[in-house]
Amino acid sequence: MKKIIITVFISSSVVIFYSLIPIFNSSAPNEYSEIEENSIELCKTCPPGFKLNGSNECISRNLYLQYESLENKGVGGLKTALPMVRDGFSPQQIDLGRYLFFDPVLSADHTVSCASCHNPEMGFSDGLPTSIGIKNKSVARSSPSLWNVAYLNKLFWDGRASSLEEQIEGPLYAENEMGTTREKLLLTLNEIENYRELFAQAFPERAASDSIKLHEIYKSIIAFESSLISINSRYDQYAHGYHKALNQEEIEGLNVFRSFVARCSECHTPPLFTNQQIAVIGTPEPGGLVFDAGAEIPFNDRSRRGGFKVPSLRNIEKTAPYMHSGKFKTLRETVEFYTKGRGHAVPNDEELILHWHIWEPNLSDYELDRLVDFLKTLTDESFKPKIPKVLPSGLKLKTNAT
Amino acid sequence: MQLKTYKMAKSKTKPVLKKIVTILITLIVGVYLGYKIFGPKVKEAPLPNSNSLYRSIAKTNDSAAASNMSTAFTGEVITVKNGESIVDAVKMANPGDLIRVYPGIYSETVYIDKDNISFQGIIQEGEWPTLDGKKELNDAFLYSGNGIQIENFKIVNYKGNGIMGQAGNNFVIRNNWVIDTGVYGIFPQYGTNGLIEHNILTGIEDAAIYVGMCDNIDVKHNKVYGNVAGIEIENSRHALVENNYAYNNTGGILAFITPGLPIKTTYDVIIRNNFIIENNHKNFGAPGSIVAGIPPGTGILIMAADDVIVENNIISGNNNAGIIITDFENGGAKASNDPESEPNPDRITILDNFMIDNGNKPVGELKALMLTQLSSKGPDILAIGGGVGSTIRDKNRYRTFGLGNYGESIKDNTRDVLTLMLDKPVEPKDISEMELGELTYYGICAGCHAYDIRLIGIPTNVIQMIYKDNPQGIIDYINNPKNLRDDYPEMPTQNYLSDEAKMAVSKYILALEK
Repeated sequence: MKKIIITVFISSSVVIFYSLIPIFNSSAPNEYSEIEENSIELCKTCPPGFKLNGSNECISRNLYLQYESLENKGVGGLKTALPMVRDGFSPQQIDLGRYLFFDPVLSADHTVSCASCHNPEMGFSDGLPTSIGIKNKSVARSSPSLWNVAYLNKLFWDGRASSLEEQIEGPLYAENEMGTTREKLLLTLNEIENYRELFAQAFPERAASDSIKLHEIYKSIIAFESSLISINSRYDQYAHGYHKALNQEEIEGLNVFRSFVARCSECHTPPLFTNQQIAVIGTPEPGGLVFDAGAEIPFNDRSRRGGFKVPSLRNIEKTAPYMHSGKFKTLRETVEFYTKGRGHAVPNDEELILHWHIWEPNLSDYELDRLVDFLKTLTDESFKPKIPKVLPSGLKLKTNAT
Repeated sequence: MQLKTYKMAKSKTKPVLKKIVTILITLIVGVYLGYKIFGPKVKEAPLPNSNSLYRSIAKTNDSAAASNMSTAFTGEVITVKNGESIVDAVKMANPGDLIRVYPGIYSETVYIDKDNISFQGIIQEGEWPTLDGKKELNDAFLYSGNGIQIENFKIVNYKGNGIMGQAGNNFVIRNNWVIDTGVYGIFPQYGTNGLIEHNILTGIEDAAIYVGMCDNIDVKHNKVYGNVAGIEIENSRHALVENNYAYNNTGGILAFITPGLPIKTTYDVIIRNNFIIENNHKNFGAPGSIVAGIPPGTGILIMAADDVIVENNIISGNNNAGIIITDFENGGAKASNDPESEPNPDRITILDNFMIDNGNKPVGELKALMLTQLSSKGPDILAIGGGVGSTIRDKNRYRTFGLGNYGESIKDNTRDVLTLMLDKPVEPKDISEMELGELTYYGICAGCHAYDIRLIGIPTNVIQMIYKDNPQGIIDYINNPKNLRDDYPEMPTQNYLSDEAKMAVSKYILALEK
């Protein structure tokens, strides 16, 4: 009897103690800043996946840093290091970039934000075969996911940009995307008092009264994009050594994926699930679209006609429809493309130098199903950032989905 | 393999009698042991000795010995017999274990995502443990771990590969007999420091031995015949191809760069002391594959690779040409250009080689090229396209074409090179417990916990209060979280972390200051 009383006493005091804990922190700020009426303060801590160093820089930290890779290229097998990461931004720059990313004030007519086509609720894509910019103008290609762009050295489907700085000027100023101009963008942001204050916080090395500069806008958005890390999927648990993370069918899928029959991993190479090369695979365009010459144009190289950057497959489950112009609605249709025969969808009047890994693997329906099972193990949105409740411009949040 | 000892019951008889009994028992045990050890053998193969698997490599001048790869297997021996599964054995195995497979037919894909696992086939009276893919399975062995050793298997009828490695370092693949396993026979990729020796491979529709995007590999004493490519060193550095017998392939031995791959170079390759004989097989490579462009009758093909030395080979009866040295454009392979890939073969060195009877029936472009020289015969050595700094020793002994800018070689032999493997195995990256704790904390925990801020989970400084000096308490909790607070969601279990990572992160959390 005495024992029971003591046990009850101890456990109830533990419960009381624990239940008090949240009270200690009830006034603590949240993970990201929120704009209040009278206070605008950018976040001082790094997003998950980053450690703040003594120079107020967020440095990437994750379990893949336990490993190495051949020539530091970040391609290999399960316990292989990731490619070189783009990091070192300050928490304030990342947080400011988050506001800019979701703010339609950046576009010419204040209707489209980065998040319109890169919606965090849709795998940082938009669910459309090809995207739609301002004034419902159509864009030629599908919106690529932004998860893990910090690791990419080729950007855009045709691989024409080799840095996020080069990339960002594309959608901002393309007349059918955000449609603004450098002058208009600077003018707009400098007219918004909230942004002037926020930029002064994010770039403290210059005078607070200075005007907002283009490179500061770019740097902030790039800082936010580089914080979108997804490397804690069930596949990753398996890769780090916990083999129960995948079930039998998913492991069978992994083995089909990396076999030299299906050859998926030859281009979608772990751990990023892309080898960051250009490949001509000959996928069809959806009805009504003309043949897309892809990498032939920026590289001015006929041999790359119809070539596109190998996309990462992380969070691929979230970013249907698939391929550069969204021809395939499901993962099942997409994997099936690869077993339908080399060049089966190439228009008769096109002569393409198809990639040597495109062949006729004769995968069975069972194998195709297992491939899809495996691809779904690459989903991880545990570090998904919060969408701001209020925007510094005072505009309403706008994404195609919300 | 432990011998169990039993304590004898204490005898109550007189001392003398006790002595006699003891001597008698010792004698009987001795005779029994002697019989077991020296008597007629039952069908039980001896255990490999402590520092080698197939044979005592220390006794031969072997690459594995030179690179100190003769690491002892330190763990358990797991036995697999006919009717059992090698995959099941791998699931049970821990790093350091040896899996011994007895003769029988095993139709499975053995995938190995663990480090330091050795596989040894036991061959009994000519009966091999045979992996049979029945033309239904993709790969026989598929590994990603470091320190994988595979020996004494017969591998037949797979669709993809006999043995494929993805990023495993320090591998040894030897004494395997690989017949028609689809695209490749033995294919390590993204590996550093490996040995491929004493294998026999035939019927492969691409390269029988394909070293792809690797460093420091020795390929020695293999027999490759009836394949499209015998041995292929592609986008790899520091490879020694020695003492192999390559005959009746479409192309015997290849060193080249394929554009469009993430690792862009091939250099420091020695092709030495090989027999490269009558590689005139019809090309049966898959349409579109890089090797589908290899003209039949090619002894050695060097395409875009740099710093390749060809020395002391016997190269005869290859009907197109003994050696072709070409840039990518003239190589006949069809692939998109890659601006990051340098397409010319530079600094090729041809030393002493015994070359006769090559070029009896040149084909395709070479045939047309030779006709312009009013010759119907192909050369011993053809160089075509770009490239600088190449040399040849005693050029006049060969029939050559296109070697006008080749100087006399300064180097006359490579006898100082015994192996191009590393002098010791590649070590795993050195990560301290604190670093591992930091990587785990920021890489995983930080998704829900921050030091003094409420995120999804409680602040880290509160965890510190609860588990002061008690990292095991944190481990117990993350293994099996119990929701203690109504206003927080339940924490998912983190039991997938390794034991080391759990302890490291628990200590890291307790030591964190901000």
